[in-house]
Amino acid sequence: MIEFLQQLINGLAFGSILALIALGYTMVYGILRFINFAHGDVFMLGAFSGFYLAPKIAMILPLPSVAGGILVSIVSMAICAAIGVLIERLAYRPLRHQPKLTMLITAIGVSLFLEYTSQFIFGAAPKKFPEILPAFPLAKIGGLNLNSNQIVVFVVTVLLLIVLRFIILKTRIGTAMRAVSFNPQAAALMGVNTDIVISFTFALGSALAAAAGILWAINYPAIDPLMGILPGLKAFVAAVLGGIGNLPGAALGGLIIGVTETLVSGYISSTYRDAIAFAVLILILLVKPSGLLGRKEIEKV
Amino acid sequence: MNFTRAKSFFCEKTMLCFKRAQNFLSGAAALCSKHAKTSLLGAIALCFLVSLFENRINSYWLFISYDVGINVILAVSLNLINGYTGQFSLGHAGFMAVGAYTSAVITNRFGELNYFAADGIFFIALIAGGIVAAGAGLLVGIPTLRLKGDYLAIVTLGFGEIIRVILQNMDAVGGARGLSVTHLWTNFFWAFGGAAVTIYIVTSLVNSTYGRGFIAVRDDEIAAEAMGINTTKYKVTAFVVGAFFAGIAGGLYAHSKQFLTPNGFGFMQSITFVVMVILGGMGNTIGVIIAAILLTLLPEGLRQLAGIEHLPGFTTERPLSWVGDTRMIIYSLLLIVLMLTRPQGLFSLKKFSSPK
Amino acid sequence: MRIFHALSLLAVSVAMIVFAGCNKSSSSTNADGNIIKIGEFASLTGSEATFGQSSHKGTQLAVDNLNAGSGLLGKKIQLLTEDDQSQAGQSATVVRKLISSDGVVAVLGEVASSRSLEAAPICQQAGVPMISPASTNPRVTQVGDYIFRVCFIDPFQGTVMANFARKTLKLNDAAVLSDVKSDYSMGLAKFFKEGFAAAGGKIIADENYSGGDKDFNAQLTAIKAANPDGIFVPGYYTEVGLIALQAKQLGINCPIFGGDGWESSSLVPIGGKALEGDYFSTHYSPQDTSPAVQNFVKEYRAKYNETPDAMAALGYDSAMILADAIKHVGTTDGAKVRDALAATKNFPGVTGNITIDPNRDASKPAVILTITNGQFKYVETVSP
Repeated sequence: MIEFLQQLINGLAFGSILALIALGYTMVYGILRFINFAHGDVFMLGAFSGFYLAPKIAMILPLPSVAGGILVSIVSMAICAAIGVLIERLAYRPLRHQPKLTMLITAIGVSLFLEYTSQFIFGAAPKKFPEILPAFPLAKIGGLNLNSNQIVVFVVTVLLLIVLRFIILKTRIGTAMRAVSFNPQAAALMGVNTDIVISFTFALGSALAAAAGILWAINYPAIDPLMGILPGLKAFVAAVLGGIGNLPGAALGGLIIGVTETLVSGYISSTYRDAIAFAVLILILLVKPSGLLGRKEIEKV
Repeated sequence: MNFTRAKSFFCEKTMLCFKRAQNFLSGAAALCSKHAKTSLLGAIALCFLVSLFENRINSYWLFISYDVGINVILAVSLNLINGYTGQFSLGHAGFMAVGAYTSAVITNRFGELNYFAADGIFFIALIAGGIVAAGAGLLVGIPTLRLKGDYLAIVTLGFGEIIRVILQNMDAVGGARGLSVTHLWTNFFWAFGGAAVTIYIVTSLVNSTYGRGFIAVRDDEIAAEAMGINTTKYKVTAFVVGAFFAGIAGGLYAHSKQFLTPNGFGFMQSITFVVMVILGGMGNTIGVIIAAILLTLLPEGLRQLAGIEHLPGFTTERPLSWVGDTRMIIYSLLLIVLMLTRPQGLFSLKKFSSPK
Repeated sequence: MRIFHALSLLAVSVAMIVFAGCNKSSSSTNADGNIIKIGEFASLTGSEATFGQSSHKGTQLAVDNLNAGSGLLGKKIQLLTEDDQSQAGQSATVVRKLISSDGVVAVLGEVASSRSLEAAPICQQAGVPMISPASTNPRVTQVGDYIFRVCFIDPFQGTVMANFARKTLKLNDAAVLSDVKSDYSMGLAKFFKEGFAAAGGKIIADENYSGGDKDFNAQLTAIKAANPDGIFVPGYYTEVGLIALQAKQLGINCPIFGGDGWESSSLVPIGGKALEGDYFSTHYSPQDTSPAVQNFVKEYRAKYNETPDAMAALGYDSAMILADAIKHVGTTDGAKVRDALAATKNFPGVTGNITIDPNRDASKPAVILTITNGQFKYVETVSP
């Protein structure tokens, strides 16, 4: 029983980070209908900006501390938001009126570019991510282990999900985002500046990726230039599983992937761990072809 | 300033050459359009002829040319699924892996039986690899009945990864430790003969009355269905035929590299083939062939550039050695720039209807 | 009509390649009289770049040292390094380039056995000696008599760690956590399990992860439930640090031990206190007081500003042993260099005295180190 509870905690902790990355994926997809393949690499850049910022911020605020950790995260999020906007401006915007697949290829190009450039600049060896948040074990009841960092991840994910829902449903820019998502031409005709809306979406998505990158690095403090590939892929699976374009769906998908992967590799076989996420995905999509919470699009003849 | 002028000069020149070649080709094609079979036989005969002189060719370039042939097969077969039928598949490396492992197991087991029958056994092994891969294609094709677009893409990607993980756990084929392939049997004839046959079959299929159905499914599935086209059958056919040729390419790959490891067939590999198809222009066989050739040669070309020891106007040795360190960065930048400047596909001469 | 277009395009490309190929082969033979070309292939980019970069730095240092001296046979050595991007299929291509386009006299590489196995048949066929710095899979040198290595092999290392666990650590049962994606890790795990069982121990949990994973809680929780006396992790340092951290967080306090993949200056910064009291076997200890090791560590630090890891030391040795063989026979002729390499006895390398055995593997001692106060400390040497 203790072991099962522990595995459940492991799964939820891992799943909530995947959920956080998946939120960024799904948001960009919701507005642009396009898989931003470079999202995992922005996630990596988020972790690396935290890595290089921490010593600088340690001069102003003591690290590890809550205030210092938040400051590092916010500055990294700002840096990645700028990078995200820049990527969109240079690599995606010129192709907005082309078939979506051409954008996918530039996204792959951007992803490769970020990976190889990071290996060139940061070096390939893994780096130790500094402790920026005070960490302590929370519970040790009967051999059950729960870490404060795991709680932080879960809380931040839920918090960001609520904030995003608020932005999208209640604010002016959120309304504009929904309008662009629904019909870009009509939105433009109604006076919505689609360029700004899309830039804002990318800024938001990339900031989310950076937040996920930092939380990931706090939990798994070894960062390297290719760290974004695997989580990026799994988060993408999570986003599709929940119904891509749907925010609560992405969070749900992340948790499902995290928990099943942990339970299956803990109890059945860890050799097939990489395949589990995909097997779950295929099974669910065979039953619900547009994901768990995805809306079925009505086809017009 | 100078640079811009040089660039536009260069562009004009290449476009001129290209137009001339195009005129020549269409002129010749007008004469020979009914002789597709003859040209296929001609191409195969040419490959055979070249293969006789193989040992006079530098082995590095020779094996690069095998890679070119193999990648052409992969890109053209993926083009049938992605380009002509509009089903976005990201699992081509998985089919390739199935073909590679199947044929390698067969030739490792039976390759020694008879020296003179080597080519025969190789042929059988390739076909067997293709058939098993086609079986996998059938398996993947079934979900396409319900899934579309990105959902389909991620499911095919998932199938590819599942195939990789299964191979990784199969001790009979070495698992993660890899499988050595005893025989080095792929040669010019097999690589380019295979490419010629693939091009011939895929193009004939698509251009036939039957094959119009593929394009109909891509352009408007609902309209196609309303016209009485069995869209399910077309989609599954595309997957099966595409996977078959990917399996053949896998067999050729196995017998040219002589070592297989599951990691060589990951999703990044599949993405490379998708890049070839999209860069070439979806549903444009000629463009896809050119893209496959170009993307295979580009990294090697950059390698050559880094190795140049003296350049006129430079006093230092190896003035371009920085290209070596940044080779893959340059490659990824070129990919972005190519896509931005030729979004319809690199060599698309006529506009095609873009899939919605 | 389109078929004709497509096929004639193919024909044109065939003709172009043949033309390029023929052109090239004539120029490849004009070897410069004053230099000796040595080829190296390594994973300088891609998922295993960190190992390839280390071994390359070691090799480069060896070549620079030789050139700073009298060179080799009175000539300068030119090290031609090609990147295989850590990708399957690439090493075959680059080794062909090194041999047929550049005309190298010998090939050094690779760290990963899977990529060495791809290159070995090519070197064997061309009659060019190949020395792998760190491929521990026994199959690598079985490819042919031109293929050598300067490291010990999996069966030896696996047995050493099994005996160490059984006899020195006195473990009755152990868990194994290996990297299912890595040929190295799976090979080492296999021989450890066999050796441990032969020594009377019991494997009570066998879990896997895959290289690049960061979350090992699921596997470790399962291992914790089995409650072993020790955990064998035959992985690379890129994951080992995190595994140790997560094990301690879950309250696993038994010793963790592993193989030469642990050896790196990046291991302790990541694992920190969680690694205290853990053990691993490796090729050499940077703390070794012998002048050969101390000189190497000093020069490496001066050149790259970091402490050399095992891959760097092995890369250095592979180049040095090749130079020694060439010096010995006074020629770069492939067959003669091969014979000289095969006759290598007690070569004083950084990673110990190297003797090439009849299987063309390096017969040399393994060193077992432990981690105390964030430092690697020498425990014992196990001779073959």
